[in-house]
Amino acid sequence: MTQLPPLIIADRAFDSRLLVGTGKFASTQIMQRAIAASGAEIVTVALRRVDLSDPQDNLMEAVDRDRYLFLPNTSGARDAEEAVRLARIARAAGCEPWVKLEVTPDPHYLLPDPVETLKAAEILVKDGFKVLPYINADPVLAKRLEDVGTVTVMPLGAPIGTNRGLKTRDSIQIIIQQAQVPVVVDAGLGAPSHAAEAMEMGADAVLINTAIATADDPVGMAKAFRLGVEAGYRAYRAGLGQHSWRAEASSPLTGFLRSNHA
Amino acid sequence: MSFWKKIIRYRWDGIEAAIRRKTAEDVRQALRASTRHFDDLLALLSPAATGFLEEMAQVAHGMTVQRFGRIIQMFAPVYISSECTNSCVYCGFNRHNQISRATLTVAEVEKEVIFLHRQGFRHVLLLTGESPQHVPVDYLIRIARKLQPLLASISVEIYPMATDDYRRLIENGVDGLTVYQETYHLKRYAEVHPAGPKRNYRWRLETPDRGGQAGFRRLNIGVLLGLSDWRVDGAFVGLHADYLARRYWQSHVSVSFPRLRPAAGGFQPQFPVTDAHMVQLLCALRLWMPDAGLVLSTREPASLRENLLPLGITQMSAGSKTAPGGYAAKENVEGQFEISDLRSPQEIVRMIAAHGYEPVWKDWDAGFLNDIQP
Repeated sequence: MTQLPPLIIADRAFDSRLLVGTGKFASTQIMQRAIAASGAEIVTVALRRVDLSDPQDNLMEAVDRDRYLFLPNTSGARDAEEAVRLARIARAAGCEPWVKLEVTPDPHYLLPDPVETLKAAEILVKDGFKVLPYINADPVLAKRLEDVGTVTVMPLGAPIGTNRGLKTRDSIQIIIQQAQVPVVVDAGLGAPSHAAEAMEMGADAVLINTAIATADDPVGMAKAFRLGVEAGYRAYRAGLGQHSWRAEASSPLTGFLRSNHA
Repeated sequence: MSFWKKIIRYRWDGIEAAIRRKTAEDVRQALRASTRHFDDLLALLSPAATGFLEEMAQVAHGMTVQRFGRIIQMFAPVYISSECTNSCVYCGFNRHNQISRATLTVAEVEKEVIFLHRQGFRHVLLLTGESPQHVPVDYLIRIARKLQPLLASISVEIYPMATDDYRRLIENGVDGLTVYQETYHLKRYAEVHPAGPKRNYRWRLETPDRGGQAGFRRLNIGVLLGLSDWRVDGAFVGLHADYLARRYWQSHVSVSFPRLRPAAGGFQPQFPVTDAHMVQLLCALRLWMPDAGLVLSTREPASLRENLLPLGITQMSAGSKTAPGGYAAKENVEGQFEISDLRSPQEIVRMIAAHGYEPVWKDWDAGFLNDIQP
């Protein structure tokens, strides 16, 4: 099969377009096997779950940092100040200056706060971080984040953990059309078909956690998502991406206007 | 606005009658609903739901795994003082009980927490009786600052305070507040709290409001099962939790539903709660509040704890001692009540893993709170 182009984030190339999270797993061993089966190269870990001062921390040890990009996230942060503080603590403890920015002041639906996220992104980018912000599927916010220098935007398909799929499809479509940085669909994707759908639309990557971690067979589900993401991306490359809301130059109904005046 | 303003619109007798009227069809409806209303909660708590426990358990299990994953957050209680000015008839710390009492020094509290830290605990709950004279706010602040370097999260279950005092605790590293109403039945509340500051029902009821206003990240409420009809108290604690989650939307709400345990004073519960009732209440609360934490302590026997674990529990204590200094700092001080699950944290961890769950010791970080000045 043809070689697919890599995913480029902040000048770094990744063969896999599936990012995975580390929460909700029944054990560290299952998590490690699921991550391996997913083929992911970027693994996100909640800073609140790890003890950065402990070199033997269970979760930190479980993610082989030679093999994966260890992407700390600020989940649990209520405002910009907390998120920035957490990111800096992680960097001071030796993490690479990459951060998945999550500002979720509502602990129930865990929806991202757009105002605080933008504020934190601005501070962290100036501070030298590669910032991957988790956002609602808001096209204007995505552009604003791009403007301040984030290296991706990560719009949600549905609220975290709901497995409901691409409920925000129309807005994500606009984000993809307008984006100049990779668009990673994050949260709410519950089945490999959802991941394939996002990739067919032209998303650059997807991030999956709950759907893998809480499956009866997390390793099998990780493999299924790997295939779903690849299938969707191949389909997009093969021409599914032609659909557009914009008028095409070769409009069959109004083409005569141009030829008449030629 | 506080929960008092809301609760006075509901009459205990009215809720009780509504629960009794619920039919099997109401329960089926409540099970099917994608979003549940208060009437659905009443149906799930009703005698009519007795025949639906397995269905309720299946739904509760699925909802919990999806929302929280296959994890159980571990915590340990640390009793700081058994001095108390209240006379709660069911409590070992009742001021009329002739027991050996103690208030730990800061160094003793630290010794207790170092012991727990070695066992793996990073989340602790500090408890006291109600005696601001023995444990003033400033003293709690000194303790919190001392413990902070050792811990990821510090919660308190102490006498109700004013909002400004809670703010000071938060500024000094305390992130969670636990306060149980015990029972929402006004008359019954007065009977079991005959004297002392706890007699003030409304002040206690509004304590989570003050905690929410002060900005605690976690609010934990609960009822003490055995004091009143658990179905009605279950409805009220559900109402209370829902109110708190809506009003203090930045705080995570959790619910505890401890059963009365034998304690000094020999109080006997007038409304005994069976294991099947526990299952029904736990599942009803989960179906009512998909996002709420549900807490299970060592008050319950080992076998029941294992069986309740997959039904919706999110937090568990292990190896608990209910006497100040009970872990490492002191000997011969009496506890608040007898615990039932006597297994060590290591045994509990093995049990949790055997059920296909991951025990999580750290699920918070002191780094979230403001930098604490030494």
